[in-house]
Amino acid sequence: MAPRFKTGEKVKVMKAYPLGHVRTPFYIRGCVGEIERLCGSFPNPEELAQMRDGLPAQPLYRVRFRQKEVWPDYRGSPSDVLEVEIFQHWLEKA
Amino acid sequence: MTDRGKYQPLSYFQLMEVTLRELLVEKGLLTEAQVQAEVAAMRDRTPERGARVVAKAWTDAAFKQRLLENGTTACEELGLGLGTLKLVVVENTPQVHNAIVCTLCSCYPRMLLGIPPDWYKSRNYRSRMVREPRAVLAEFGLRIAEHVTIRIHDSTADMRYMVLPLRPAGTEGWSEQRLAALVSRDAMIGVAIPSLS
Amino acid sequence: MKRMHHDMGGLPAGKVERTEHDYAEWERRVDALAVLMGAKNVTVDERRKHIEALPPEDYDRMSYYERWIVSLAQALLQRGVITTAELARKILEVERRGP
Repeated sequence: MAPRFKTGEKVKVMKAYPLGHVRTPFYIRGCVGEIERLCGSFPNPEELAQMRDGLPAQPLYRVRFRQKEVWPDYRGSPSDVLEVEIFQHWLEKA
Repeated sequence: MTDRGKYQPLSYFQLMEVTLRELLVEKGLLTEAQVQAEVAAMRDRTPERGARVVAKAWTDAAFKQRLLENGTTACEELGLGLGTLKLVVVENTPQVHNAIVCTLCSCYPRMLLGIPPDWYKSRNYRSRMVREPRAVLAEFGLRIAEHVTIRIHDSTADMRYMVLPLRPAGTEGWSEQRLAALVSRDAMIGVAIPSLS
Repeated sequence: MKRMHHDMGGLPAGKVERTEHDYAEWERRVDALAVLMGAKNVTVDERRKHIEALPPEDYDRMSYYERWIVSLAQALLQRGVITTAELARKILEVERRGP
């Protein structure tokens, strides 16, 4: 599976709420961030949890979010950020 | 006759541990010796290993660059085998303070630093560290200035994280060993900073 | 939209209690069992799935390694490495053996 996104690109986390084992935290769904780096490609944990092999390996990114855009009432510095590893299939171009 | 004052019956979960272990040994899937060896290996993984990496990064700029590019291979240079751990090292600077959390469970660079502390796995830390890191850090006694950016890393997938703290002032010329003694586990999680006091 | 019980990032919570305890031998053995079975492809992902499936009150009340040993047992059961009947037999045997 080829990586679709480049470092610095703006992406949005899908606002989906599926069942099963998910590693995209609830709090970040629907948020817009930017790609901090491509970590590599790894077997899909959602599938590994169901005793399947999780292949083909999926691109995994670290995505950087501004805290004030994640939490409406965030009370720190406007430059504070939150960086989360998110699999490609949870991301779309923003 | 059992001395009732001393004997503590096993809890259900302790019973389950004995039960599973014995079943797995019976089935030839592991041996008692392997379990003991793994327990011993995990005991040997302590934060001192991370402190060595930090001290080297503080004294060797080229190593530090390699560490920031690929934490795993840099640790392997020092003979610190990390197995399959994919380590990302994030650097504190005068402008940026990093801290690590795993909101979904308690992912932690175990193969480098050992087993994480209870509080790192607690509901309160996991819930609040992404949302109000400055308040949580203040509870740890760490007040980060407003002009410093806080960068929180939520370990949700395959990477594991370690903070490279800022080298304290007044340590010029110190040996790596002396520097390593300044670096606590909490500083490598990002809830403390090394200091001379 | 329902948030899963383990997926707690951002929820209000209390002061972080900086408790630490020196892990008991049985807890260290649980850790070892999980690592050793991981090498036999009982993945951390399967164990996490089973932890996430715990009833919320159990998830909150159980300690970390209590969750681990239960989820490891569930993963082994699901994979067919062990059966419920085998667990029952062995638990009784261990209990009867005593100290």
